[in-house]
Amino acid sequence: MKSTMNRTRRDLLGATAALVAAAVFSPLAAHADAVDFSDETIEFIMPFGVGGGSDTWARFNAPFLSRYLPGQPTVVVKNVPGGGSITGANQFAKRAKADGMSVLGTSASTQFPYLLDDKRVKYEYKDWLVVLAAPTGGVAYLNSELGVESLADLGKLKDQRLIYGSQGATSLDLVPLLAFRLLGLDVQHVFGMKSRGEGRLAFERGEANIDFQTTSAYLKSSLPMVEEGKAVPLFSIGAADDNGKIVRDPNFPDLPHIGEAVEMVTGKPPEGIEWEAFKAFLIAGFPAQKLLMLPKGTSEDIVEAYREAVRKMKDDPEYQAAKVDALGGYEQVTDEAADALFAEGTTIDPEARDWVRALLEKDYNARF
Amino acid sequence: MFEAMQSAFLALISIHHFAYMFLGIVVGLGVGILPGLGGIAGMSLLMPFIYGMDQISALAMLVGMVAVIPTGDTFTSVLMGIPGSSASQATVLDGFPLARKGQAARALSAAFSASLLGGVFGAVMLTGFVVVAKPLILSFTTAELFMFSLLGLSVVGVLAGESIMRGVVAAGLGLMVGAMGAAPATGESRFDLGIDYLQDGIPLVIIGLGLFAIPEIADLIRRSRPIASGSGLGAGWLQGVRDTLKNWFLVMRCSALGTFIGSIPGLGGGVVDWIAYGHAVQTSKDSSEFGKGEVKGVIAPEAANNALQGGALMPTLLFGIPGSGSMAVFLGGMALLGLQPGPSMVTTDLQLTYTIAWTLAFSSIVGAAICFFLAVPIARLTFVPFNLIAPFMIMIICFAAFQARRDLTDLLVLFAVGMVGIFLRRFGWPRPAFLIGFVLSSQAENYLYQALQFYGWEFVQRPGVLIIGALAIGSTLMALRSRVSEDGAVSFDADGKKADKPVLGGTSKTERRPQIVFAIVLLATFLYGVLSSAPLSFLGSVFPFYTSVLMIAFMGYMVMMLLVAKPGHSAHFDQELAAKAKGADDGTSVWPSVGWFVFLFGMTALFGFILSIAVFIMTFLMVRTRLGILRSLIYTGLCIAFMCTLGHFLTLDFPPGLLQHYVDMPWPLK
Repeated sequence: MKSTMNRTRRDLLGATAALVAAAVFSPLAAHADAVDFSDETIEFIMPFGVGGGSDTWARFNAPFLSRYLPGQPTVVVKNVPGGGSITGANQFAKRAKADGMSVLGTSASTQFPYLLDDKRVKYEYKDWLVVLAAPTGGVAYLNSELGVESLADLGKLKDQRLIYGSQGATSLDLVPLLAFRLLGLDVQHVFGMKSRGEGRLAFERGEANIDFQTTSAYLKSSLPMVEEGKAVPLFSIGAADDNGKIVRDPNFPDLPHIGEAVEMVTGKPPEGIEWEAFKAFLIAGFPAQKLLMLPKGTSEDIVEAYREAVRKMKDDPEYQAAKVDALGGYEQVTDEAADALFAEGTTIDPEARDWVRALLEKDYNARF
Repeated sequence: MFEAMQSAFLALISIHHFAYMFLGIVVGLGVGILPGLGGIAGMSLLMPFIYGMDQISALAMLVGMVAVIPTGDTFTSVLMGIPGSSASQATVLDGFPLARKGQAARALSAAFSASLLGGVFGAVMLTGFVVVAKPLILSFTTAELFMFSLLGLSVVGVLAGESIMRGVVAAGLGLMVGAMGAAPATGESRFDLGIDYLQDGIPLVIIGLGLFAIPEIADLIRRSRPIASGSGLGAGWLQGVRDTLKNWFLVMRCSALGTFIGSIPGLGGGVVDWIAYGHAVQTSKDSSEFGKGEVKGVIAPEAANNALQGGALMPTLLFGIPGSGSMAVFLGGMALLGLQPGPSMVTTDLQLTYTIAWTLAFSSIVGAAICFFLAVPIARLTFVPFNLIAPFMIMIICFAAFQARRDLTDLLVLFAVGMVGIFLRRFGWPRPAFLIGFVLSSQAENYLYQALQFYGWEFVQRPGVLIIGALAIGSTLMALRSRVSEDGAVSFDADGKKADKPVLGGTSKTERRPQIVFAIVLLATFLYGVLSSAPLSFLGSVFPFYTSVLMIAFMGYMVMMLLVAKPGHSAHFDQELAAKAKGADDGTSVWPSVGWFVFLFGMTALFGFILSIAVFIMTFLMVRTRLGILRSLIYTGLCIAFMCTLGHFLTLDFPPGLLQHYVDMPWPLK
């Protein structure tokens, strides 16, 4: 009886020692081992409600992330809507632990207030690490009754009243707003559209005569109007190459991008504060529209596990097949290219920022 | 076209697809029955399963769910006076009095048969018109849409009750609350009281639950009796179906109305039930029974809200613009399936469109059949003392409110709106008018601003605008003739004079004091509206500013009348005094019930939702319902298990309190 007890106690002591040792050494051990998410549930924080474009993007990616992250964890999309995504992003900045168990998906609606230094923004992009960037493009087009056939005819618009149905001066529609200005077009922006779709509807009704759509919606709903001769495409917003330079959009190889368009109209390559400001919003709004972020201080091996997973995900034939429909046909961007886009899309020269803020406050009643 | 119809039909009737449709129907009925939860919650439940499903099955599941929500939501509207979803608020007005009279069976079967017909009507319209609907939809511009919001507002007249002034003021209050948040023209934040939450405006679901569910529950707790006064459900099953068939023309008109409202993008289905209800009142020869248990008041909104879905699918599929709240989420589901709505939905993808239309029709029939089947067991709930059901209902309502923004503030705002609802109810300010003002506020302002930008003031000369304007004036005039209050229609005696009524608003100024105080609070609210919108830019302030100015005038008159008019004036009303005058009250106050809400919400702010609701249910059952400890424990356990299951499938954290701020807790407590 006594000996058993002694043995038990000894065993217990031994076990305790082992536990202590494990506790002391396990961080090291874990470091040496590969990252493993087996039986874990990873939260994909989505600062928008269910069903919007960004939510769809997250829900499309979640099962592939689950497939390729080490240990095949469950990946669930968790919606934290409010404040046009500021609420959810603030919450992530405050609460997310750097253990790889939660990731954040952001979009232009998260990037723009940050670039504009909106007072509600309490997140800092520079703290976060980008894993994946999802680009999109877009095309601006005119009602064919205006008599313009291409950029060369823009002079015909001198006395025409151009009307654009906009979601708001600080929304994604800031990019077309600035683009029209760069081209010297005098456009009246009618606000209060709840989506670009409503803007297109206003165009189809003949209430607006200039419109802008992102690539997938353009191909599906606006291109038919072009083919019927009701609309004339003007320029594409372009795409960014690996160095963050604006190039033609592979979806619209025949259409000049906005940089070319400005050069055609003004006769010289675009430059200056207005162009610098525009470019920051353009990158944040299109080539880097949606970003998958890890919190501040996430360890190197976890970041690498995620990067590896998105690389494999991109090569998955199922992902390749589905992306045309679900992601608008653009190649998702990873690694250094994603870092470059991220840097370009979350940085703005303070002077350029002040210029945009002043413009929005003066002409569009915006308050920051 | 017929080929597409045929192959759509064949694709749909396979067992596999049928099974998914059935799953959608079950989820739809579930979220429909639970008050406050509707299409958006249902879609959120199904979304995680969609990716990877084949297109037809997934569409069958989604559409099956959307189709039956307006069928299932009738249960709580009729049986408890709590709207099952925002689509059946108007059903409460006559459905609930019917249930109280012991005619729940008749009301339910009339509602289900009307839902069935409405749903099939919408599906038929979708099938028939989707191919040609595009030019029609495009012919409604922002100018006509603005006029439609005015037409919608004219229904307020019908619901104004005794005093038209009350209806206008209540609608004006709704317009002001609806103007909270970003101004459509400038994005300036209005009336936000410095609270971040209010910058997005108050969500519709919270307004609906606060105005209708909280006051009703508070009242039912106070009475602590079963809802129905008679015994047995009444032999109304066949009677209800006969009622619907007898009113087939009303069903057709309301279905057409619902389909039309759904099909015009931007008109929104938010008030379709009220518009149908108003239509039923206006077109009835004898409108005296409305508000007291007129079966037409159940049939009309139920036909319209199911037909709405078929209409709402048209702009959703043709333009990718949602025709209703749940359609917005449906669009997300389509994108996940790799489907982009657009012109191709009526050309190359026509088969899919027909699949959707027929799923809608099938589901309406199957959904109604299931509801008939469920009706007897569920209707028995009205014979159970309400205090046994109350904790569960309160839990569900909090949960539903929390779905709006997933923020603790959801619950606090729900409580605040609930308090406003209790006072509006007590002092006879028509809550439906408030709701209509709220929903149409941003629409009216936005479309007016846009129409002015697009057309200038010449927009009033557009033929469409003139026609709808004439309709609005006609509707207002008709409304003045046939008004309904929650106390029944205004009755006239043979000489065309108002029949004698008991004094409902107290005989002395002392008795009227609570009414006067509340009226002054309303006046102060409108004053705040003027003062706080004045400094904004012109475009941001013009709408709320002039609404508030107008309301100050009306409200000032009401306050004057409360102070000086003789007893019996229509400005005087206090339900507590009225009940006493009729000898109908059991003399208890509503405040102890409010105390229960304060207890729950206060505790949630401190300890988070799950802990608090558990303690709340337990306490309520033991103290108020006087249940034994074992039964209370089992009841509470089941409730919490139910919450956690829903929370798990919706991937959400429950509202945290102060405790969670300091202590890290495991889910579901965190």
